[in-house]
Amino acid sequence: MLNRPEHPTQGRSMQAGEATSLEIETFTSNRGLAIEEGLIFEIGRPEVSGVDLDEPAPFKDRLGGFERKDPIGLPGLSEPEAMRHYVRLSQKNYAIDTGIFPLGSCTMKHNPRLNEALARRPGFADIHPLQPQSTVPGALELIGELAHWLMEMTGMAAVAMSPKAGAHGEACGMMAIKAAIAAKGEGATRKIVLVPDSAHGTNPATATRLGFEVRSVPVRGDGTVDAAEVESRLGPEVAAIMLTNPNTCGLFERDIVAIAAAVHAAGAYFYCDGANFNAIAGKTRPGDLGVDAMHINLHKTFSTPHGGGGPGAGPVVLSALLAPFAPIPFLRRDGDGLRLVEHLDEAPDSFGRISAFHGQMGMFVRALAYMLSHGADGLRQASEDAVLNANYIRASLKDLMSQPFGDQRCMHEVLFDDAWLKPTGLSTLDFAKAMIDEGFHPMTIYFPLVAHGAMLIEPTESESKASLDLFIATLRDLAMAARRGETERFIGAPFYAPRRRLDETRAARSPILKWTKPAPR
Amino acid sequence: MRYLPLTADDRSDMLARVGAADIDALFSDIPADKRLEHPLDLPMRKSEMEVERLLAGLAAKNIAAGSVPFFVGAGAYKHHIPASVDHLIQRSEFLTSYTPYQAEIAQGTLQYIFEFQTQVAALTGMDVANASMYDGSTATLEAVLMAHRVTGRGKAILSGGLHPHYAEVVRTSCAMTGDAVVSLPPDVFAAEDLAGLVDAQTACVVVQSPDFFGNLRDLAGLAAICQEKGALLIAVFTEAVSLGLVTPPGAMGADIVVGEGQSIGNPLSFGGPYVGLFAAKAKYVRQMPGRLCGQTVDAEGRRGFVLTLSTREQHIRRDKATSNICTNSGLCCLAFTIHLALLGEAGLRRLARINHANAVKLAELLEAMPGVEVLNKTFFNEFTIRVQGDGARAVESLAAKGVLGGVPVSRLLPGAGLDDLILVASSEVNTDEDRAALADALQGAV
Repeated sequence: MLNRPEHPTQGRSMQAGEATSLEIETFTSNRGLAIEEGLIFEIGRPEVSGVDLDEPAPFKDRLGGFERKDPIGLPGLSEPEAMRHYVRLSQKNYAIDTGIFPLGSCTMKHNPRLNEALARRPGFADIHPLQPQSTVPGALELIGELAHWLMEMTGMAAVAMSPKAGAHGEACGMMAIKAAIAAKGEGATRKIVLVPDSAHGTNPATATRLGFEVRSVPVRGDGTVDAAEVESRLGPEVAAIMLTNPNTCGLFERDIVAIAAAVHAAGAYFYCDGANFNAIAGKTRPGDLGVDAMHINLHKTFSTPHGGGGPGAGPVVLSALLAPFAPIPFLRRDGDGLRLVEHLDEAPDSFGRISAFHGQMGMFVRALAYMLSHGADGLRQASEDAVLNANYIRASLKDLMSQPFGDQRCMHEVLFDDAWLKPTGLSTLDFAKAMIDEGFHPMTIYFPLVAHGAMLIEPTESESKASLDLFIATLRDLAMAARRGETERFIGAPFYAPRRRLDETRAARSPILKWTKPAPR
Repeated sequence: MRYLPLTADDRSDMLARVGAADIDALFSDIPADKRLEHPLDLPMRKSEMEVERLLAGLAAKNIAAGSVPFFVGAGAYKHHIPASVDHLIQRSEFLTSYTPYQAEIAQGTLQYIFEFQTQVAALTGMDVANASMYDGSTATLEAVLMAHRVTGRGKAILSGGLHPHYAEVVRTSCAMTGDAVVSLPPDVFAAEDLAGLVDAQTACVVVQSPDFFGNLRDLAGLAAICQEKGALLIAVFTEAVSLGLVTPPGAMGADIVVGEGQSIGNPLSFGGPYVGLFAAKAKYVRQMPGRLCGQTVDAEGRRGFVLTLSTREQHIRRDKATSNICTNSGLCCLAFTIHLALLGEAGLRRLARINHANAVKLAELLEAMPGVEVLNKTFFNEFTIRVQGDGARAVESLAAKGVLGGVPVSRLLPGAGLDDLILVASSEVNTDEDRAALADALQGAV
């Protein structure tokens, strides 16, 4: 029985407990706890401030005439107004803490609060990147310890800590590769980067940004890359391959060792997109598989919070061949202590600097706390549980939903396509939006591009069996409803979210990217 | 393990449904000789208490800014952050949500991004702002790359007053692509002639104000020259609070304004995570990097927000995208927007005046000392002093006396002949006692 906003039964008196599909217009437009909230520009006033500050005593300024005179246009909120505004906004968001967040390739796992508390210790949060190194030995030690864990887990010789997110890490790794190629005198010829069709969009975007030309590699029938396809594209003009492993179809690249060998034999380098390292951490080491460079999304594998889109951290592990080209700054052990090398005169082969300061310290604390908590045994168990959970979902849905590369064991995520939806006339988007009404965040949709109408589900190890069972039962119910032709449950969904479907075409056609004061009536 | 809900029974039941004999059957695509048969050579799991003890021990070895008289700046600034900011950004629904791909259940995130974009546009005096970049340095590089796209030209001119790390980031990237960079020598007195260098090959001129040495710069003349020559003027700032008191770059004709937003709402955190601010003239919006949030309506006609103009971005355009950025600085942008909403126009202006007043007091104190010279004619909350002898040694000796007194210029610009210079920053957190402690300690150090 579905309550539809389109079928109000207004005007009928109701008994307590009686089922109803009554929909009334409220004066406030609020719907109980679902409260409409204006913008700070509509709530705030320029003279109000939630921060008490005393005007300084008169003094002679040193601004040389560059004083800002015109109104800036910023509203102010008192503290109670601010609390209410942001708490109300927060209540319009779905979050891991409210339910399973099965976005494939995004790794939405539990964010331990110990890690938040530790990152906020003044000894980490309240230290300046340029205060004397002698006053921050604990910070340097922490970075060194995290680097040790990352190198040990990946079997790589070095790690660049400064990349600020995955895509930044990709750029860092590819810069190291470009520098290594230049050092061999092959900079003018090695211009091509091979990228499989299943890759994240960041891979081709990164390669072209660095002046490489992208050549795609098709995905074979089983969803992985064929070593022979790679080999046929290799040559003296190829600089590198960027390969995600496990790949974005949730599959371990079975030919990875052969691919690495072929790439190396051709004088090229193997960049691995490590976004999915969480599936194999503690089970195999990328260094043993032949990887030359790989970024690690600390905000995926090591659970630093995604925060609604960041911040991330993307340290890049490097093979011994690439290590000399690593960016500054990096840590060097001098006698008993650690020291930051910050300049090229101490690192003649370094390709340079990719960001100010030394990396995402706040994320480093959280990631190391996560690693220490799990330990070598727990990290391995986490990978195993993540893979088991994904396979459990696969095994529980495979009779109803189609898989683009056939039913086969997957790693940490399972990929479905929309072939099974075709006869229903519904789209992947409709299916995803109906999940919202059931209280679930949808999976990743329409990615990877190699699957038509892709639905990529990554449950992570954080879900209990009961949580998975409810998720599976819900998807089965939706799938069967779709197959039965109950399209009203899908078209127009979501019905019960803070907003119904939003008009993206309108947003893009005439973009409104900031609030402007309405003209007086 | 406390973060893993599956029990042994669950695992065996689930393996049975999957049809796998054991867990390793699910990993059998890993080549046999590459599988790790045993846990890595790393410590085993630890309780919350044990982890806390270990990491708290490391934290305790560092000298926190709030525990000493503190005057360190050079691109990251110590400010007071209201307690409510950190409370709000730890709301589960903000902290543990993802990039708002499903707009109907991410209106909280989308609305604060829309508010943030509006605030940043107002603050910088520009038409549009994006949903944030990683930090000021990477935002600066993105601005240069955007100028390449807009102008179809390759040459970037970097002011000698640009933060040295920012300049290094631009030079590193442009060296990879073979794009020309004219990077001017350190410009302590804001005396360089940038306008004279702009030519028909110039894509952009990158100028910072307040600059690395603390000087305020007039960008209007340079903006006019850039416009005449078809180049873009990129204005950079590293201290966002300055915009509460100083003429914004937008009012001086900048085409793109980028900067570091850390000093509003975000702790020092040893250099990251921070939040890059990125604003531009409206006509360049389709060449901007990163996410943009736009207003629209839902199926019932109610106002709502979505990510928009995504055809610029890597997940749609792949190798033709305006940037490779995906994850940005979401939660840091939230901290920024909350702190700025709490301050409001009146509060931000007052905060900026207090910063300037404290810096002026400090400058007056220091320039009265024999052996110390304040080099700036103008500044906001940071200026450069010349000491007798080595600045780095002086700063170390201050630290030994329990004062974190500034950043020796040689830390960022070694071998530039500026070894006797120290950058000194002052904010609302500094008291008269702090200033006196710095002066006392400096007395013995120079």
